[in-house]
Amino acid sequence: MEITDSGRRLILDAGTGIRKLGLTGDEERFDILLTHLHMDHIQGLPFFAPLLRPDREVHIWGPISTASSLRARLGRYLSPPLFPVRIRELSNVYFHDVPPSVVEIGPFLVRADLIMHPGATLGYRVSSNGASIAYLPDHEPALADGSLPDDPEWISGFDLIDEATVLVHDSQYDDAEYRDRVGWGHSSSSHLASLAEMANVHKLVPFHHDPGHDDGVLDEMAAGLAAATTAEVVPGQEGAVIEV
Amino acid sequence: MAQQPLEMILVRQLASYLAVPIWVTDQVGNLVYYNEPAEVLLGMSFEDAGPINAERIPDMFRATALDGTPLAAEELTLSVALSTRAPAHGSLRFSGLDGVSRAVEVTAIPITGQGERFLGAMVTFWEIGD
Repeated sequence: MEITDSGRRLILDAGTGIRKLGLTGDEERFDILLTHLHMDHIQGLPFFAPLLRPDREVHIWGPISTASSLRARLGRYLSPPLFPVRIRELSNVYFHDVPPSVVEIGPFLVRADLIMHPGATLGYRVSSNGASIAYLPDHEPALADGSLPDDPEWISGFDLIDEATVLVHDSQYDDAEYRDRVGWGHSSSSHLASLAEMANVHKLVPFHHDPGHDDGVLDEMAAGLAAATTAEVVPGQEGAVIEV
Repeated sequence: MAQQPLEMILVRQLASYLAVPIWVTDQVGNLVYYNEPAEVLLGMSFEDAGPINAERIPDMFRATALDGTPLAAEELTLSVALSTRAPAHGSLRFSGLDGVSRAVEVTAIPITGQGERFLGAMVTFWEIGD
């Protein structure tokens, strides 16, 4: 996913789609915000063409860890035998270990906070020109409780989501599927609907669809979400452009 | 109120599932949550009492050494853990809101989150015989 404003671009996560994205545009600097290092969110990184161009600067932001640096953790993937190029050969790549914090990147104000998902995982809120986009692609806000807490003070990710113009959020399971997958780190449709309502989100983009769901199931889930929330529901799909 | 840090949310959820009495406090000792087993010790449900400011705790729960010697606030196990940011353990006697005096072993563990953020403490109580 990418967010653009005033000719500047932020790239969110690095799944397989980042390969095509890397072939577009001609900027000198790229900023990639990783929510976490599960393979589905980083597997496209080595195939992001600017990474291998010494005349390009690539900044990779990702969750801080008590165990090792972001560079070291990504180095477990960007190294033989998993990839022929070693991370230490990428002199144009800069790594930023991100704690819960706020940082300015070009025209964007980026707020990062830890959210509920196995392993250190960040959600991001990107603000620019009075609009805000909250990006929580892997998130289980109702972990172990079966429903969201009544008090937003105790809801993971709430401050990132509160009153966001657009919320891009995990919508992997329907309610029946979620009952057998508590603790897996993903959200059910009804939890997402409750969260969007509590946070008064304006536009909701259900995201991170389950690979086992066909278009029919996704349409059904989107319709259910639309009926359960006052937010405008725009299902995430490859190539979609959302103006904010 | 701003959302609690994720680590505190997780500690609260863990506490809510355990059979051991547990308090969860913020960095300055405000009691932000206690679980059902702790309600028995304190003599009031968290639902009714809500979060409790650190300043009110000494008056609400009078704590002494096991032999009845008064304890200064800074001698309390929780206070030690918060000020030293290291685990602390002790034994004391305290009276809950129901007026019942109980002898307990107390262990306080500081909660330090990602990025070395000091967030508060988790306190467990173990009732011991008189």
